[in-house]
Amino acid sequence: MAKVVVDPVTRIEGHLKIEVEIEGGVVQDAWTSGTLWRGYERIMQGRDPRDAVQIMQRICGVCPTSHCTSGTLTIDDICGIEPPPNGRIIRNLILGSNFIQSHVLHFFHLAALDYVDVTRVKSINVNIPPFQPRYEAPYNLPDDINEFAAACYLDALVARRKAQEALAIWGGKMPHVQSIVPGGVSEVPDAQKIFEFISRIDELIAFIENKYIPVVMAVAQYFPDDFNLGIGCKNMMAYGGFPLEEGPDHVKKNKFIPSGIYLRGQDLAFDPAQLAEQVKYSWYNDDTHGQTPDKAVIEPNPTKKDAYSWLKAPRYNGSPMEVGPLARMWVMKQKDVRGLGDKAFSVVGRHFARAIECKLVAHELKKWALELQPGQPVCVPHKIPTGSEKVGMGLCEAPRGALGHWQQISSSGRTAVYNAIVPTTVNASPRDERGVQGPMEQALIGATVKDVNNPVELVKIVRSFDPCFGCAIHVMTPDQKTISQFAIN
Amino acid sequence: MPTKLSRRDFVRLCAGSAAAISMTGFLAPYMSEAVAAGAPSVIWLQGASCTGCSISLLNTVHPDIKKVLTEVISLRYHPNIMAAAGDLAIQEMFKVAEEGNFFLVVEGAVPTGADGLYCTVGEQNGHHITFENLVKTIGKKSNAILSFGTCSAFGGIPATPPNPTNCKAVDQVVKDVPVINVPGCPPHPDWMVGTIAHVLLYGIPELDTFGRPKMFFSNIIHDNCERRQYFDNGIFAKTFGEPGCMLELGCKGPISHCDASTRLFNGGVNWCVKSGGVCIGCTEPQFPAWPMYERMAEMPVGPATSVTVDQVGIVLGGLAVAGIGGHLAGNIATGRIGPKKEDVEKEGDN
Repeated sequence: MAKVVVDPVTRIEGHLKIEVEIEGGVVQDAWTSGTLWRGYERIMQGRDPRDAVQIMQRICGVCPTSHCTSGTLTIDDICGIEPPPNGRIIRNLILGSNFIQSHVLHFFHLAALDYVDVTRVKSINVNIPPFQPRYEAPYNLPDDINEFAAACYLDALVARRKAQEALAIWGGKMPHVQSIVPGGVSEVPDAQKIFEFISRIDELIAFIENKYIPVVMAVAQYFPDDFNLGIGCKNMMAYGGFPLEEGPDHVKKNKFIPSGIYLRGQDLAFDPAQLAEQVKYSWYNDDTHGQTPDKAVIEPNPTKKDAYSWLKAPRYNGSPMEVGPLARMWVMKQKDVRGLGDKAFSVVGRHFARAIECKLVAHELKKWALELQPGQPVCVPHKIPTGSEKVGMGLCEAPRGALGHWQQISSSGRTAVYNAIVPTTVNASPRDERGVQGPMEQALIGATVKDVNNPVELVKIVRSFDPCFGCAIHVMTPDQKTISQFAIN
Repeated sequence: MPTKLSRRDFVRLCAGSAAAISMTGFLAPYMSEAVAAGAPSVIWLQGASCTGCSISLLNTVHPDIKKVLTEVISLRYHPNIMAAAGDLAIQEMFKVAEEGNFFLVVEGAVPTGADGLYCTVGEQNGHHITFENLVKTIGKKSNAILSFGTCSAFGGIPATPPNPTNCKAVDQVVKDVPVINVPGCPPHPDWMVGTIAHVLLYGIPELDTFGRPKMFFSNIIHDNCERRQYFDNGIFAKTFGEPGCMLELGCKGPISHCDASTRLFNGGVNWCVKSGGVCIGCTEPQFPAWPMYERMAEMPVGPATSVTVDQVGIVLGGLAVAGIGGHLAGNIATGRIGPKKEDVEKEGDN
């Protein structure tokens, strides 16, 4: 049994560690551990519930817009209010622009260096730090495509920056938006802003269609093995995002990306009541075990026996679920992604679904911007209710998957309980109470690792999920150390 | 160090932040020259952070981020950008540290609770490395530490009561090494690239009492706010999306030091108050100790102490700020109070 350690895994957001055991070149078992805990939910306790808009979006600088949206939705829910059409649309424009920046950033700047050979690039000088050193592995792209992909890496830096500029037209600034507020948004639409936004989206559509998708297709063509890499649990979950209408039921209202479940081969409707969090293998006291998300109170316990992660194990109806662009496109029954059949559940399948989603959202953004009505209201007034406890739920989609915030306020109108289940917690969760591995752990199991000293297959699998935490991967080295020693001592 | 631009001119360029015109583009050639001539490299570490500072750095317009990564900064370690992973990455970092002559950028606060176990960032010889230990070890060997973002500069959100992981600012953890604080949540890319440019070309810039480069953090948001006229005329927005000064809705512009109101974010398309939002005071050491969406009345100035806004005015030693206190006390009808402050810690041309 060979054990390999890769720690940290770079080119992801945040702190994660993964350990795998390898026999005969194939991964036999895997452990994923989040290695940073900040306690944001504890920090919210006792505060003005509206502070969630600013505090909770700072969970993540890559997708703050999603946390801001979910946090604000909890307050909308508590106050029983809903944004007017302009507010709904501008929130969609903010969230959608960040899908583009995040997907472009992910594929080119986080993932592509596993495919692009910087040593063969001639027209630009990228054979330097931070692009060197790197793992030595097969870089199969032919010279001309490799050259093109490297140029796209640099163009993508500009494209993602433009996506943030487009976002900031409505959001104030990025990262960390200022204009999403309870009851809607604070930015007021006018013709100038709409044109400035659309002109940037047009440039981004050109980038996506002429550079992003072609490079993904080239990777699919020249790395066919990656269709068999990182299969995972094949259970898909989406909460749905980008509401297209007003309506009281946020789960059921018509959205561009619908909510849905794909469980053991069946398409099902999504029911938030089926979500629960397990903590048997997480560094939290067991009294929060199996709680529904609105009740979970977190007591950290960094020396808990058998625990190996700061992530909890969210399960839907008891099953691990994959979330993200692949889950969304699958649940949406997007024809190109469903057309891949079982091949979609793979490293390349995830990159492909992400690129397709990026293109679809970009085209919608143009349409939505033209639906804005200058002069009409962007938000409704809000008042935090007092006198009784209230619970608010905020579900949306982040670039890396389904995101939920839950907030309970006390009768004095202060935050009593706050809980966020982020997509990476769902994807990179540890084992649950039955010992069933999380989706990313399952994706690692069965992977063929050609060279344990250059375990590029493992980082490819992790990166295909676009995980969002400072991350460290342990694929254990052949020194027979126990997992728990690696985990914490 | 090869450079044709004087420090005086440089600081002037940085401080003279016309909207949408970034000064650092002008500096790129000088920085490239310096890097080519063997200027210090950069190690960038992330602790209790959200990666927002790195993402903000990627938003730099002038110089273009393409140029920054390939020519202007010799970035030897960055968790999000570098090709290497695992042991390969860790070895590279320690190699650079051993060679010496580098600047350490820290993004994120330093969790010190539970012996640093709340944040481990890698592994060496089969043992995890806590972020706390890494910052101390690498920090000691660096020419200087650049604390980018409010978390590393002052503790920020992770260090907010109840501070579940006992997070600290970098300068509370590493002593005997110069630390430059570039706060902001996140900092403007110009503040980061500009500070790197200054240390590469001229050394440590002039700092205020909180360790912030004066060239970026001398002004108060409120003084240059595009909604200032509303304030002077006593017109206050009551709900979001309305015209008017944002004070009643929670704006912290009167106590926030930075040039966002004139520099603007994301290539100059917008900034916090222009978008109808409030300033949340993210560049201040006390952030986020106040409610975001309530009118400021009292301000915490340190552990277990708070003062009224009038007192803040006195603390800051500025007439205009005292004037704001007057407004807040209900004297709006008197209109503009006191002379416009001209001398807010003006950057010396030295």
